[in-house]
Amino acid sequence: MDPECSRLLPALCAVLVDPRQPVADDTCLEKLLDWFKTVTEAGPSLLLLQENPCLVELLFRVLKAHDPHPRVLSFSLRLAGLFAAQEDCFQYLQQGELLPMLFGEAGPLGGAAWTAPTVRSGWLQGLRSLAQHPSALLFLADCGAVDTIFSLQGDSSLFVASAAGQLLVHILALAMQSPAEGHPSPQGCDWPACAQKIVCHVEDSLHSTATPQVTQALNVLTTTFGHCHGPWTQGLWVRLSPLVACLLEKDPIPASHSLMDLLLSVARSPVGSSDCGLWETLAQTLSHLSPIQAGPLALGILKLQDCPQALKTQAFGVLLQPLACVLKAAAQSPGPPGFPEGATGDSMTVDTFLSSKSACVGLLCQALAHLELLQLLPQRPSPWPQAPLLRAAVAILRFCNGSAAPTSDVGGHLCAVLAGCVRVQRAALDFLGTLSQGTGPQELVTQVFAVLLEYLTSPDSSPTVQVLKKAFQATLRWLLGSPKAPSCCDLDPHTQLFLRELLPVLRKRLCSPCWEARDSGLEFLTQVTRHWGEVPELTRQLLRDPESYVRASAVTATGQLSSWGLYTTPTSPEHPEVQQESLFTELLHILSTDSEGFPRRAVMQVFTQWLKDGHADVAEDLEQFVARVLQVASRDLDWEVRAQGLELALVFLEQLLGHPGSRCPYAVALPEAAAPATLAQVLQALCRVQLFEFALRALFDCDRPVAQKSCDLLLFLRAKATPCGGPQEAGASPDVVSVEAALQRWQAGEQGQPLGELEPEAVMAVLRSMDLEGLRGTLAKSSDHIEKSPQSLLQDLLASVGVLGENEADCY
Amino acid sequence: MKLYCLSGHPTLPCNVLKFKSTTIMLDCGLDMTSTLNFLPLPLVQSPRLSNLPGWSLKDGNAFLDKELKECSGHVFVDSVPEFCLPETELIDLSTVDVILISNYHCMMALPYITEHTGFTGTVYATEPTVQIGRLLMEELVNFIERVPKAQSASLWKNKDTQRLLPSPLKDAVEVSTWRRCYTMQEVNSALSKIQLVGYSQKIELFGAVQVTPLSSGYALGSSNWIIQSHYEKVSYVSGSSLLTTHPQPMDQASLKNSDVLILTGLTQIPTANPDGMVGEFCSNLALTVRNGGNVLVPCYPSGVIYDLLECLYQYIDSAGLSSIPFYFISPVANSSLEFSQIFAEWLCHNKQTKVYLPEPPFPHAELIQTNKLKHYPSIHGDFSNDFRQPCVVFTGHPSLRFGDVVHFMELWGKSSLNTVIFTEPDFSYLEALAPYQPLAMKCIYCPIDTRLNFIQVSKLLKEVQPLHVVCPEQYTQPPPAQSHRVDLMIDCQPPAMSYRRAEVLALPFRRRYEKIEIMPELADSLVPMEIKPGISLATVSAVLHTKDNKHVLQPPPRPAQPTGGKKRKRPSDDIPDCKVLKPLLSGSIPVEQFVQTLEKHGFSDIKVEDTAKGHIVLLQEAETLIQIEEDSTHIICDNDEVLRVRLRDLVLKFLQKF
Repeated sequence: MDPECSRLLPALCAVLVDPRQPVADDTCLEKLLDWFKTVTEAGPSLLLLQENPCLVELLFRVLKAHDPHPRVLSFSLRLAGLFAAQEDCFQYLQQGELLPMLFGEAGPLGGAAWTAPTVRSGWLQGLRSLAQHPSALLFLADCGAVDTIFSLQGDSSLFVASAAGQLLVHILALAMQSPAEGHPSPQGCDWPACAQKIVCHVEDSLHSTATPQVTQALNVLTTTFGHCHGPWTQGLWVRLSPLVACLLEKDPIPASHSLMDLLLSVARSPVGSSDCGLWETLAQTLSHLSPIQAGPLALGILKLQDCPQALKTQAFGVLLQPLACVLKAAAQSPGPPGFPEGATGDSMTVDTFLSSKSACVGLLCQALAHLELLQLLPQRPSPWPQAPLLRAAVAILRFCNGSAAPTSDVGGHLCAVLAGCVRVQRAALDFLGTLSQGTGPQELVTQVFAVLLEYLTSPDSSPTVQVLKKAFQATLRWLLGSPKAPSCCDLDPHTQLFLRELLPVLRKRLCSPCWEARDSGLEFLTQVTRHWGEVPELTRQLLRDPESYVRASAVTATGQLSSWGLYTTPTSPEHPEVQQESLFTELLHILSTDSEGFPRRAVMQVFTQWLKDGHADVAEDLEQFVARVLQVASRDLDWEVRAQGLELALVFLEQLLGHPGSRCPYAVALPEAAAPATLAQVLQALCRVQLFEFALRALFDCDRPVAQKSCDLLLFLRAKATPCGGPQEAGASPDVVSVEAALQRWQAGEQGQPLGELEPEAVMAVLRSMDLEGLRGTLAKSSDHIEKSPQSLLQDLLASVGVLGENEADCY
Repeated sequence: MKLYCLSGHPTLPCNVLKFKSTTIMLDCGLDMTSTLNFLPLPLVQSPRLSNLPGWSLKDGNAFLDKELKECSGHVFVDSVPEFCLPETELIDLSTVDVILISNYHCMMALPYITEHTGFTGTVYATEPTVQIGRLLMEELVNFIERVPKAQSASLWKNKDTQRLLPSPLKDAVEVSTWRRCYTMQEVNSALSKIQLVGYSQKIELFGAVQVTPLSSGYALGSSNWIIQSHYEKVSYVSGSSLLTTHPQPMDQASLKNSDVLILTGLTQIPTANPDGMVGEFCSNLALTVRNGGNVLVPCYPSGVIYDLLECLYQYIDSAGLSSIPFYFISPVANSSLEFSQIFAEWLCHNKQTKVYLPEPPFPHAELIQTNKLKHYPSIHGDFSNDFRQPCVVFTGHPSLRFGDVVHFMELWGKSSLNTVIFTEPDFSYLEALAPYQPLAMKCIYCPIDTRLNFIQVSKLLKEVQPLHVVCPEQYTQPPPAQSHRVDLMIDCQPPAMSYRRAEVLALPFRRRYEKIEIMPELADSLVPMEIKPGISLATVSAVLHTKDNKHVLQPPPRPAQPTGGKKRKRPSDDIPDCKVLKPLLSGSIPVEQFVQTLEKHGFSDIKVEDTAKGHIVLLQEAETLIQIEEDSTHIICDNDEVLRVRLRDLVLKFLQKF
């Protein structure tokens, strides 16, 4: 022990026994005990006591105290037990007769302090720690502690009673393992006296007519078989199983719950695997018990690792009975419910259903809870009757909301009993949710979604007692478990239909005056969105959909998601540090390679919107973005894409000039900012992104709307640039000449040749020299303006007259 | 005791109970579902309604085309709406002594009964029932009178013609007895015959029976009635609620130990839970308004509207609807809102305590103060100046056949943004909407009916344990649309007796006792003899005097003194013959001791046989039988009078005489 702690210990011991300084908080004492436990485990206790005599003194003083505080007394008992766990230390304490004074007749036992449950509990726990070696067994026998433990089994405090039972098991195990006794034979004739005494007590209790005593004995045995796996347990079972069999034959079976626990505990222990009679007993018990009693036993049997298949089938049948009954009652026409044999809705279950509302509800809830547990286990029965279970869950939910229309008498009764029954609704919704892990035939899944929707919609689904909440939870599980078609990532049509109907319901629930409904709705929404973090990934995958309309929509969707920050570029799982290509690159790829127009148009719209919104990817390198987009767009065969490119160019231009086109006419105008230097920078930038080449090429586009847009753009630019640009005479520079020459060739239809690097001054000079207004006028005329002109009309008339003349000539 | 059932409508009952010498009418509800067969009365000229095509028979005969109009496949009568009255032929209604009213919805036929049948009795009702009932009648008269219609259709009512009409006109019952609405004058006259009563007040009817109203928890001033004599008790339960809404809670304890319990006015929508419906109402209202649509709530001017306004008061701020105007339009809107605040003693405990703070019991006062709720007598006048959309309008009539609601249906029906929310359960919403089809407006049905449901009824019956239950036939079988729902019917032992319209029911219990008073001097003269501990008997000779259904035993007049004053006796002065009566016997004969006594007196060879009713003692030697039964003893011997007298005396030894 730490010397500092050693130094403090005497003062602490003095405080503990001082009645004037009561320990207010018993968690301190618990912590102290924990610490002593680690200390005693780390080193010899004897040394500890010898080095710290205050500890033994503490025990003495507590014993001598007139009226010790129950907590301190309990603490001392447990502390003494901890020390005495080591045999040498036990002997040391025995020398001082301290242990008999603490645990024997002369101790607190029988004194006034004994009435405090904490003292009795401390006494038991002290003995539990102490009973670790053969000397302890002798001590227990000498001081008659075992008899006291027997009586404490029926203690009014449940903690004390339970500890007494466990202590008995511990003593029994210690006695049977004690090396001094050698290896006792399983038959029991040469068992140590202490063990004999305990076993005889258990036997007597099992013979008793008082149920509490039987229960105590059964609990002791259950713990024994649960914790002790020595060969002697085999002998114990051989000796006691006839008594247990007698209990099973009684009617009604006393302490049936504890009895089931015992049988299951034995079955789980090594004893069970070697005793064929046990399986028979279990099978018989299953068939004798009432449906409500048999449920827990059946579940326990199904949880066993190795048990005969026939018994498992029988147990599963027991669990399925109530649901089989429901299915039978709900069936419009007689037919097999689809459950395995043995679950056919027997008369006993039907009787339980009909006997009273509480019995019916209790049985159904129990069956649903058990099956829910079972479904999650790896050793659940196989094949698992998923379809009939689904059908049963749906049928129960329909009985509960009154939408079932059964024809049978039992059905009518169930309908009356279950209508509006909240308990069953909750259990069935939970169960239905668990069933979402399996698949089912499509028409059943449709029914599941239908019944869930009924519950979500119905104003009678009480939000205050969690029916609505559970309906939402079950819905979520079904939505997430909803099978996806292997070939495509889209949701199946039924789920889509369901979602369509779910949305208005959700909207309504979020408006509910009842906070529970709003809360459940929001919880659901959160879960859905959390689980649908994969939505961006889905849409990303849809960018490669074979159908062009879908690709176009996917482009719009990803663009939108990305604008809202909901789209993060995925990192590749192999190389998390290497980012996969960005969405921009991906969309640009579509723009340059997609064979259909719709997706390309969508990409251009998304890019324009990104530019308007100042999307992060775009803002990173604005010029690069615009340059690449325009470059690709200019080569596009679809005129709408090219027109959209001009739209994007205009947005870019407006942003550069700081004059958003949609500016509010009544806003206070900022001072005209574009100074000549700034304008020069703008023009430089436009040259860098090759906006001019794009716009000029578009000016001679064969599609009129594109040319018109381009014309507007250039006019806008010229208007902005002229006042500041100054009348720089660049008309004769070689640049201007070559540009004009190129333009003439373009106009003539030879558009192959690029303009190359352009100087802003040259471009402006070209713009100024061009008759853009004239061009706009020409372009504004519709393509049939010639046909519609009066000149054309007159010509047509004349032509027709000529024809008439010819016809006349023909006649003669 | 007989029950005459004049109405087939389970929630608008009209029954007559003949009990002892009294004739008591229990409620007089008016079945207004008949108006669904008529075209709506538009407040503002509606080109759509006035241009509906006339209906002609299959063979093209168009003689009915003035009376019947066709709209979206339904045929409606184009006339002033008419109501289906309670049966008037089953019993002479002038013989009705009193009418007991249970709530304001169940008195709407009152003017028809009190003004046109020769009724001369008294009507009993609580004050809120009368006041709010007056408002309902006033509104009804106003709605109908302000849209005068010249035409009164009658051709279609001809039985042979009616058979040829399409449903539901073909199946309408008793069309010949349908009547137009009463006038305000008739209303006032009818209401003047009402005598106000308070809960638990005992009202004597001719000394024969006592009637008492009890709180029923359904509406302001709504009551159940106890009708009892000294030994019989009939409870009349009509429109009761166990939910905590605004009225005083239901008094269940006083219904205990009834011989007969007449049970009417249960919820009309047993599958709809009112709490859930209120939630639906609020959610749908908020959804519509948030999307820029208007909400129309067809309703009565009193009742559930108070609870709805209270819910909205709590809800509108949290739902962000504070800026939305709520309009309540009814000729009696103002009075209804005001009245609700002054009937403090008829309200639930919570609301009563508010009055002492002092605060208005209903929060709609605050809604009005803050201008969130505005009320108008009609759409004409101020309303048209203040009208702002989107908004929420509460207005009548729930049948959608008359009242301001007709205008809003025409105004808002074409837009799918708007919603009409039905909260009153009295009319089928599909039938109500029929003349407005095709309709783009959304329709939400969330009927709020707080009256007892079947689970509550079964608990109530277990609690109060009446000997017999009588109810409308609709309650003894599941609803026709849900025949498997056996939980939606009354389940009691013995099974409830059911009635239908125009049926007379003999109630299954006989009166066996009548209370008779004894004058003190006569009682003084009695000499009781204790025959068992706690039971004493005495013979009494007296004159039974009966007047006003009260019976009194008076001492017999002393034998007349032979005075010369009266020469001739009037027959009534005859003194009853007081014969010397044989003493009365009581007690029982212990057979074993009797046999021992016989043996002591020399009879031998005695055999005793047990019979179903007692014993036969057989004196074989004497060939004599002594039959001993509970209430008689016979000595049968063969003409041996001496033996008989001997035996008789031996028997008498065991009995007491007085």
